[in-house]
Amino acid sequence: MIALTAGAAFAGRPRVARSDPATVQIGYLRLLDTRQTISLLDKAPPDNGLAGAKLAITDNNTTGRFMNQQFELSDAPVRDDDDPVAILAGLAEHGIVLMLSDLPADRLIPLADAARAKQVTLFNVQAPDDSLRQENCRDNVIHVAPSRRMLADALAQYLVWKKWSRWVLIYGSHPEDALLADAYRRAAQRFGARIVKEREYKDTGGSRQTDSGVVQTQQQMPVFTQGLPDYDVLVTADENEVFADYLPYRTWDARPVVGSAGLRPVSWDPASESWGGTQLQDRFIRMAHRRMTELDMQAWTACRMIGEAASRTNSVDPAKIMQDTKSADFGVAAYKGQKLSLRDWDWQLRQPILLSDGRTVVSVSPQPGFLHQVTALDTLGIDRPETKCKLR
Amino acid sequence: MKWYLAGVLLMAASGPACAYTAYVSNERDNTVSVVDLDQMKTVKTIPVGQRPRGITMTKDGKDILVCASDDDTIQIIDAATLRVVGDLPSGPDPETFALHVSGNPLYVSNEDDNMITVIDVPERKVLAQIPTGVEPEGMAVSPDGQTIVNTSETTNMAHFLDYATRKMVAGVLVDARPRIALFKHDGSEVWVSSELGGTVSVIDPVKHIVTHKISFEVQGLRAEAIQPVGIRFTNDDATAFVALGPANRVAVIDTKTYKVKKLLLVGQRVWQMAFTPDQKYLLATNGLSNDISVIDVERLDVVKSIQVGRLPWGVVVSPK
Repeated sequence: MIALTAGAAFAGRPRVARSDPATVQIGYLRLLDTRQTISLLDKAPPDNGLAGAKLAITDNNTTGRFMNQQFELSDAPVRDDDDPVAILAGLAEHGIVLMLSDLPADRLIPLADAARAKQVTLFNVQAPDDSLRQENCRDNVIHVAPSRRMLADALAQYLVWKKWSRWVLIYGSHPEDALLADAYRRAAQRFGARIVKEREYKDTGGSRQTDSGVVQTQQQMPVFTQGLPDYDVLVTADENEVFADYLPYRTWDARPVVGSAGLRPVSWDPASESWGGTQLQDRFIRMAHRRMTELDMQAWTACRMIGEAASRTNSVDPAKIMQDTKSADFGVAAYKGQKLSLRDWDWQLRQPILLSDGRTVVSVSPQPGFLHQVTALDTLGIDRPETKCKLR
Repeated sequence: MKWYLAGVLLMAASGPACAYTAYVSNERDNTVSVVDLDQMKTVKTIPVGQRPRGITMTKDGKDILVCASDDDTIQIIDAATLRVVGDLPSGPDPETFALHVSGNPLYVSNEDDNMITVIDVPERKVLAQIPTGVEPEGMAVSPDGQTIVNTSETTNMAHFLDYATRKMVAGVLVDARPRIALFKHDGSEVWVSSELGGTVSVIDPVKHIVTHKISFEVQGLRAEAIQPVGIRFTNDDATAFVALGPANRVAVIDTKTYKVKKLLLVGQRVWQMAFTPDQKYLLATNGLSNDISVIDVERLDVVKSIQVGRLPWGVVVSPK
C-alpha cells in the first residue's frame, strides 16, 4: 500500500518511480509482563512499548515514501517460560537483524551473546541496569533506555539546584532497589547532597491497594517515616512498586517525596509538550487511543534511530544503518530540545531526562550550572573516564 | 548603554518618516501585538485564537492572516479596524504558511497531520490537501511562483512541490528538525534552517541538492544552544540574517562567501524576523524575553527592544 502511495504521488520521477521499495525489518522482543502497580493509573497497557514502535514505523514510512524505503515491524512476544534465544533465532532466519529488546537485564545478556553470532543488533529499550553499560556491555547492544545512574543524576541535579540537599533514602528489598539506591548514593556524592539516613522497606508480599487498604496505609506510612533526622526531601528507590507511591502526603514530617514516587526522573511524560512534543502526543493518541508511556517513547526512539540512519545513508542495509548510528555525527531528534546521540564508550543514548510529578513536567535535566567539557548531557550517567566497558 | 543611546538619537534624527506598523503573534498570550514603528512601541493588542504562530499579510495589505494553531484555523484580521473578521479553513494545527507570489493561494503546513493545505484566500475555500513529511513546518514560494518548498521536522527534508501540478517533485535531506525555508529574491537558492542540526542548508532549487552548509559558532556557547530558525535576505540578496534561537543572536551572513560576518546580540530565544519595507530595520521576535529587537540593517546594530506579549513567535510589517 505504501508502495502504491509513493508511486502515485511521484509519477514520472525516475528516482521514486521504482515500484517496490527497499525494506528495513525490525523485530520487537517483549516479555509479556503482568506487574502489579500501586496506582490503577500506572497499570501497563497490553501494547506498552509496542505502540511506540508502531508509531515510529509509521513516521519512518512517511519519510520512506520520499526515499523509496519501507519499514516493517515484527512483534515477537516472549512468555515467561519461552526461551528468547530461540525466538531471536527465528527472527534472524527471516532476515531480521535489527531488534528492540524489551526484556530485563538477566534475559538480555544471554540474548546479546546469541545475537552476536547471528550479526544481530539489539536496541535495549527497557533494562536500566548500569552493569549492561559497564562490565556486561556488548558492542551489539544499543541502550536507548536511560540507565539508573542517568535517572538518579538527573533528579539529584535538580534537588541540589533547589538546595534540597539533605536526603533520606528509602529503598525496597528487591535487588533492583539496591541497585537504584546505589545510583542515588553515587549521585548524592557527585553533586554535593548528603544522605542523612537510610531505611529499607521490606516487601512482605500480598496484594497492593484493596478496598480497605487505604486505612492501613494511612497508619503505616507516618510510623515508618517517624524519628528521622532533619532532612529536606525523601528519596525513594522502589522499582517494583511496593511502597513509594504510598508515601506522598503520608510522611511523618511534611516533606516532599521524590524518586520512585512524587517527582520522578523519566525518559518521557504524557504531559510533555515542549519542543514539538504536542505533535507526537497527538499522533500517538490518535493511533493508540491512550497516552504515551516511557517505554513507548524508548521504543519510538529506537525505531526512529534506525529510520534516521536509513534515510541518511540512503540504504536499508542493516550493517550500513548500524555504522551510521554509531558514527560521531549521528543524531536523532526526539522532542527533547536537542539531538540525541550515542556514547561511543558504551553505546548509551545521551538524552535529557524529564522530571515529572505525574501532571506536568517540572524540570528537565541536566540543570543549568552542571558543566561538562564536551556536552552537559554527559553529566548524567557514566562518563568516558569512568567507564569499565570494553566493547567487543 | 552606548549603542542604546546611539539608537535613540538615530531614531530621533530619522523622524517619523518610516510610518510602518508591525504585527507580532504572541504564542502564549493568544494575542497579536500592533507595534508602531515611529513610536517604537506597542500601541494595541488584538485578542486572537489559541496559540497564534505563523503571521502574514495579504498582498493588498488589507488583511493580516494568523495561524491559530490550537483552534485549527487561520484568522483574518482587518488591518484597518484591527478586528478579527473571518476564518480560513486551514486544516488541523496550522503552524506556518506562505502566500503565492501572485497573492493567492495560501500554502499552509498542518503540523499535526503531515499535510499541506492549499487555500483560496478570497473564496475562503480549500483547493487541495497534499501529503508531505512528518510534522510539516516551513513553507516558501519561489519568486517565479512555480515551486513551493515545505520542510518537515521529523522527516528532515525540504520537499519541492510543483505549483501547476501540485505534485511533489523532490525531497532533499537536510539536518535535524528543519524549520524555515526561504528563496533568495533572484530564485537561485533556497536556504533551510535546521534547528537541532544547528545548520543552514543552501539548496540548488533546480538540481535539488545541498550546495553549501552553513554552521555557526558563538564564543562561550555549546553547539546545542545554537538553533537556527528564522531566515531573511536583503532585497539585493547580498546579506542574509539567521535567527539562532536560544543562542540569543542573529547571524549576519555574506551570501557570496557563506561566512558569518557578524553576530548581533538580541533577546532570548530569537525566532522569526521581518524587514520594514524600506529595509532600514529588521525586527526579530524574542520568545523568552517577550520583546522584539529592532536591528539597524545598514549599521548592523541592535538599536531598540520593544516589549510585546508573551512568547512572541512571528512578525510581519506593513506600510501604514
